[in-house]
Amino acid sequence: MTVPLRRAVLIAALAWHCAGAAAQQPTRPQPLKSGLEFTGPEVRELQQDDFANPGMLWITRGENLWQEAAGREGKSCAACHGDAKTTMKGVAVRYPRIDAGSARLINLEGRIQQCRERRQQAEPLKYESPELLALSAYVAQQSRGMPMSATIDWQNRHNFEAGRAMYNRRMGQMNLSCAQCHQDNWGKKLGPETISQGHSVAYPIYRLEWQTMGSLHRRFRSCLSGVRAELLPQGSPEFLDLELYLAWRAGGLPVETPGVRR
Amino acid sequence: MLKNIYRRGFLAQLLAVCAWPFAPARGADVGSESVEAMVRKVTGGAKVETGRVKLELPVLADNGNSVSLKVNVDSPMTPANYVKSIHIYAARNPRPNVANFYLGPRAGRAQLSTRVRLGGSQRVLALVALSDGTFWSATADVVVTLSACYDAT
Amino acid sequence: MTARIQVTPNPKRGDVIEIRIAIQHPMETGFRLDDGGRAIPKNVVNKLVCRYNNVEIFRAEMGSGIAANPFLDFFTVAEASGELVFDWIDDQGQTGSERVALTVTG
Repeated sequence: MTVPLRRAVLIAALAWHCAGAAAQQPTRPQPLKSGLEFTGPEVRELQQDDFANPGMLWITRGENLWQEAAGREGKSCAACHGDAKTTMKGVAVRYPRIDAGSARLINLEGRIQQCRERRQQAEPLKYESPELLALSAYVAQQSRGMPMSATIDWQNRHNFEAGRAMYNRRMGQMNLSCAQCHQDNWGKKLGPETISQGHSVAYPIYRLEWQTMGSLHRRFRSCLSGVRAELLPQGSPEFLDLELYLAWRAGGLPVETPGVRR
Repeated sequence: MLKNIYRRGFLAQLLAVCAWPFAPARGADVGSESVEAMVRKVTGGAKVETGRVKLELPVLADNGNSVSLKVNVDSPMTPANYVKSIHIYAARNPRPNVANFYLGPRAGRAQLSTRVRLGGSQRVLALVALSDGTFWSATADVVVTLSACYDAT
Repeated sequence: MTARIQVTPNPKRGDVIEIRIAIQHPMETGFRLDDGGRAIPKNVVNKLVCRYNNVEIFRAEMGSGIAANPFLDFFTVAEASGELVFDWIDDQGQTGSERVALTVTG
């Protein structure tokens, strides 16, 4: 090969590599906006009123459960963790994370279930049960106002990539991916509603459609049913991976738990 | 058995069973007429004036499952002149009488807020009974839409 | 039933104070169907009474048209110090009750 030709090939290869790398870069919507900016004024007011916010009823329940003795040891959460207002501050923003014991991804609900079963030796709490919703809302609320801070490193990178792949994968009879609504078309109308960026910062939320409090994984199931895809169960590995991707995607947005959404 | 078929009672029952499919569907638009009957039960036929009552609801509800409602009555709320009761009606709800609230001179302010369910776009009515025997009302129109995506959870 | 109550703090005699109550209750309409297609029976908080030093100052008769986790916001005039007592009942006969101490100055 002549020198100019070799140089041209090298430059082309470099350009191709950069383009490929750019295409692989996961993207966040710009600017980052909370779901509150896409609801009506009534939902915004409800969330911002600490008394009228219906989710606060679960926070009150969570506060009581925190003090309640449970399990064979008769220990409450407070027995080990003390005052949640101090010990749980900054906890929710780091989830989901790799559980040291199992080397698997675990979210806040999973951690509470684990504590309950292994350390308190008590009946495990089921997903969407009023008790798990109350406790996860109470713990997450202690990080209210703090920015989501999921870090992607060598330990959870494969989870992150799996979550991102799911986010971009077309699903269901309607053959739609999460990205098609929440990345490409946020701010536009879907029926009477304005599509949000689909962040996870406010969970668990009081959803007017559910007329009750619900988890992020329930919201995933709602979306899947919306595109007529198979509903995966709460706590499934796919949902955990997706939750990690969402936590990264919302990086910097403040926690709003307990959120109110339509 | 054959003898019974010709008894009046049996025939009446048979007719009632045949008429059943023609009864209004449960969720059907019951209509303002039914609300008028409910209002008449409260007023005893007395005239209902417009004014003095302010009924606030959002023009477009985020979700029909929960719509904030505020009603305010211009009344001095003294033992001589106060609001006795406030009645809320939503004609297109399967049960149009949403709620009745009973106040009194000790309320201080004739104002209350709550959250209601609205089964579709409609006009909501607030009927107020004053201690002097007069009745006042106000309405508010609300647009209620269904959620964009079907939620099977 | 979990309930939360908020009253205007530090009232003086004669002040109009705001009372807010939120009750955790599904307010089941009777129109929802379960997974087997059967109607879930109606069960709503149908009556709530608020008494101020044993005198009724507010009463609400509610139907399925009141949203889940019922929220009520009403007013009363602060008179003597004492107690606000809230009592409510649902269609199944389950009752709830809360008391809030009221300290009125002046």
